[in-house]
Amino acid sequence: MTNGKPAVRVKKLDRATLLTIIVIALVYVLAFVLEQVMPSTSMLFTVLKKGATYALVAVSMNLLNGFTGLFSLGQAGFMLIGAYTYAIFTIPVAQRLSVYQYYDGGLIQFSLPVLVAVALAGVFAALFAFLIGLPVLRLKSDYLAIATLGFAEIIRAIFQWDKIGLLTNGSNLLRLFPTFNDFNIRNAQGEVVLHLSTLVPFLITGVCVAFIVLLINSSFGRAFKAIRDDETAAEAMGINLARHKMLAFCTSSFFAGVGGAMLAMYANSVQAKSFTTAMTYEILLMVVIGGIGSITGSVMSSFLFVACSEWWLRFLDQEQVWNGWKVPLLRNGFRLVVFSVIIMAVVLFFRKGIMGTQELPDLFRKRRKLNGKEGGRS
Amino acid sequence: MFSTVLPYLLSGISVGGQYALIAIGYTMVYGILRLINFAHGDVFMVAGILMVYITSSGVPLYVAIPLVLVTTAAVGFAIERVAYKPLRTAPRMSIMISAIGVSYTLQNLVLYITGGLNQFYPSIPFISETVTIGGASTRMVTIVTPILTLILVVLLVLLINHTKIGMAMRAVSKDFETSRLMGVKINSVISVTFVIGSFLAAVGSVLYFTNYTTVIQTSGNMPGLKAFVAAVFGGIGSVPGAVVGAFIIGICENLLKGLDTILIKAKITTGMLGFTTFSDAFTFALLIIILIVKPTGLFGEKQTEKV
Amino acid sequence: MSENVLHLENVTMQFGGVVAVNDVSMDVNEGEIVALIGPNGAGKTTVFNVITGVYAPTNGRVSLRGRVIAEDHPRGKMRKMYAAGHLGEYPRSVNNTPDRITRLNMARTFQNIRLFKSMTVFDNVLVAKHMHLKANFFSTALHLNAREERRMREETMELLRIVGLENECDEIATSLPYGQQRRLEIARALSTNPSMLLLDEPAAGMNPQETEDLSAFIREIKDRFGLTVLLIEHDMNLVMDISDRIYVLNFGALIAEGTPAEIQSNPDVITAYLGVAEE
Repeated sequence: MTNGKPAVRVKKLDRATLLTIIVIALVYVLAFVLEQVMPSTSMLFTVLKKGATYALVAVSMNLLNGFTGLFSLGQAGFMLIGAYTYAIFTIPVAQRLSVYQYYDGGLIQFSLPVLVAVALAGVFAALFAFLIGLPVLRLKSDYLAIATLGFAEIIRAIFQWDKIGLLTNGSNLLRLFPTFNDFNIRNAQGEVVLHLSTLVPFLITGVCVAFIVLLINSSFGRAFKAIRDDETAAEAMGINLARHKMLAFCTSSFFAGVGGAMLAMYANSVQAKSFTTAMTYEILLMVVIGGIGSITGSVMSSFLFVACSEWWLRFLDQEQVWNGWKVPLLRNGFRLVVFSVIIMAVVLFFRKGIMGTQELPDLFRKRRKLNGKEGGRS
Repeated sequence: MFSTVLPYLLSGISVGGQYALIAIGYTMVYGILRLINFAHGDVFMVAGILMVYITSSGVPLYVAIPLVLVTTAAVGFAIERVAYKPLRTAPRMSIMISAIGVSYTLQNLVLYITGGLNQFYPSIPFISETVTIGGASTRMVTIVTPILTLILVVLLVLLINHTKIGMAMRAVSKDFETSRLMGVKINSVISVTFVIGSFLAAVGSVLYFTNYTTVIQTSGNMPGLKAFVAAVFGGIGSVPGAVVGAFIIGICENLLKGLDTILIKAKITTGMLGFTTFSDAFTFALLIIILIVKPTGLFGEKQTEKV
Repeated sequence: MSENVLHLENVTMQFGGVVAVNDVSMDVNEGEIVALIGPNGAGKTTVFNVITGVYAPTNGRVSLRGRVIAEDHPRGKMRKMYAAGHLGEYPRSVNNTPDRITRLNMARTFQNIRLFKSMTVFDNVLVAKHMHLKANFFSTALHLNAREERRMREETMELLRIVGLENECDEIATSLPYGQQRRLEIARALSTNPSMLLLDEPAAGMNPQETEDLSAFIREIKDRFGLTVLLIEHDMNLVMDISDRIYVLNFGALIAEGTPAEIQSNPDVITAYLGVAEE
């Protein structure tokens, strides 16, 4: 840090922060340009869209697990609520009859604008989080983990219950709502004139992550970290534990809900069945690989994780023949085994993950370490 | 009325016994390491897969079953040595994440080996046979499970209360650091705990999969979580507690599965209300209620944090 | 007669069958430095924990400037026992959480230092200002309260200068030497703007020179911030040096009260500390 006269210690925009903002802006420009010039079927865009979605969810989980020290495993449940809220409120009225075919078109007969529905997705997730948090946040570490996990399972069961099918379509798919591809601007002939299907998720994630970063660096963020470091001391310093834990929990769930809405847009359909505990585990592993307590780490590892699982390591799932030599072991599922081994290695030997608790500006501050690392931050 | 309820009650008792055998592994590990071993349900699943592969390679059942029990115990031992032992001094969250990582790894490994297809569990003579009790036809395993469970639990309690290693276990679960200072070989105590837990889970898996007939990589998730809830319900750290909790959960869950049918037969309702959807969610609702009302469970001991 | 600040009335704290604090009554008046001493395990820290709301007293009452902050709160078996003596239901109880008590301008330090270990020295002190934050969650998160944030940072820096830690402000708190960690804990407590300060063994682990500095330091902050101080301490040089009055606790009960000179010559105190030779 600068060691000048620290009379007034209000953080100014220092060089490193400025550099960070420039790098992030460049990533956005790059994403935008690539989308215009490359074929939209490229795997790259799948990775970028899904990566942006998971980045938001991972960061929201990190806010809770890494910065507030609340080990919650309810992420999939809040994503489910977000995804359903989004889907239910955006399916065009004309399509409702075909989606809710067993429920006479369902209960809701209007549609909201996409971004309103996305925000609403977050609000509903936060609302549920509030209700769940009232009893659950009093619990300590692993009990909290298992209780939130339990709630996620209960939510999943409730959404599949056919008695509320008028709203949720029971255990059937929700589909035909606006997806990422609908952000592309088309001309009268239906040809795409401006590709925005990658940029928009990037923007949503960007705005949300920016909010979380600002929050963490605010007085509330410091209070969260104090709770993480020592609950008893934090309470003795006048920090109301119940209130601040609830704030962190609801904020995290809000963004998990938004992430759920984005996942719905990415996947083109929503089904409660798919929001399993395994999904939460995967997000947790992204957070761990990135570094618990690093936003940059969570974002980078989300993109890496998605890129590996959807793209770069795909070849492991197919039989490969090199010069007539059939590579052993390669067949369906091998990718996940390799993945698991990498994850266990990180968990056991590189406990700090990619970034530890460092952020992107910290990298610029230590110039030595700056050697063209992939700027996958959105 | 009774004849309507009986089949559900019977399968509840049976499933309860199977959960109990898994729950003991959770409760013992938690008692000693204060760790929710998220991978325990997967060890249970691995036992099922081992059985499928060992029998399909032509090994007769009377060799295969003991072989499965021993191999599963070895798997439990190996997991502890590889994934938990290096993190002995790490924060609790790291060990929990490691457990989740092991769970993920085991599932992916099995997915790879089986190709993600349902594997048919071999039918074991005698316990697969059908019997009729009080007008309800069921499999022999339904009757064998609770009896076998009780025998094993009694043996385990005797082991804990009357042997040297049992005494060491009790000491370690009371006070980890002090027992270490007193010369208890912590690592071997922990290993024994994992071996016993995995062994019982393997026994549970033989009984469970005889009932459900197929195994897939995710088969361990739900029974694992429910057994965990049972352990919490009974008071985590307490073996008898886990067993009682498991039976209660098994019975409640199966009664809930049959609640629609029971209510219709009793002419209380006329249509299906779809309670079956909630048979899994019920367990978690129960868990949350216990955690809030009595976090120490039925037989748990109270702990206070020192400031 | 100066105004009463802290008043304990028949405070009893039971854990199951163990009586950690037994019927303790004490007073701390405005501007005093009062010490609470006693052999190990006498229940001193438990008294602190009752005062600061970590434990709710089984029986008795704690008031701060005439306001009751904790009162009768038996639990479990104790509750049944006490209820039997009170015709069934136990009377009303007041139970404040520690953060609410800190808001009433009473701050504390801990016997086993409890700093926020991953945070810098500066942030450790700054975070204690959080409870005075006026801006709401959203304007804080969006950094719209820049003026308030600036003021908080200035006050923090000022405080660090007073305690002599301004050059260490960017260090991670737990990397400081032990004596400075103790000082930082006091600074953090001061950052909540207390009028009453509770110090739990501030000199523990310090060498004689550090202890001497500490007693000057306690006097200095007391005068500068107009504090009333209650401290637990084993170091008798420190206690005798700075205390106006002393309470002595043994096996959970008060055995003596008085000025340092009175306590030094009190036979009960000497017995409690040295024991009686078996005859």
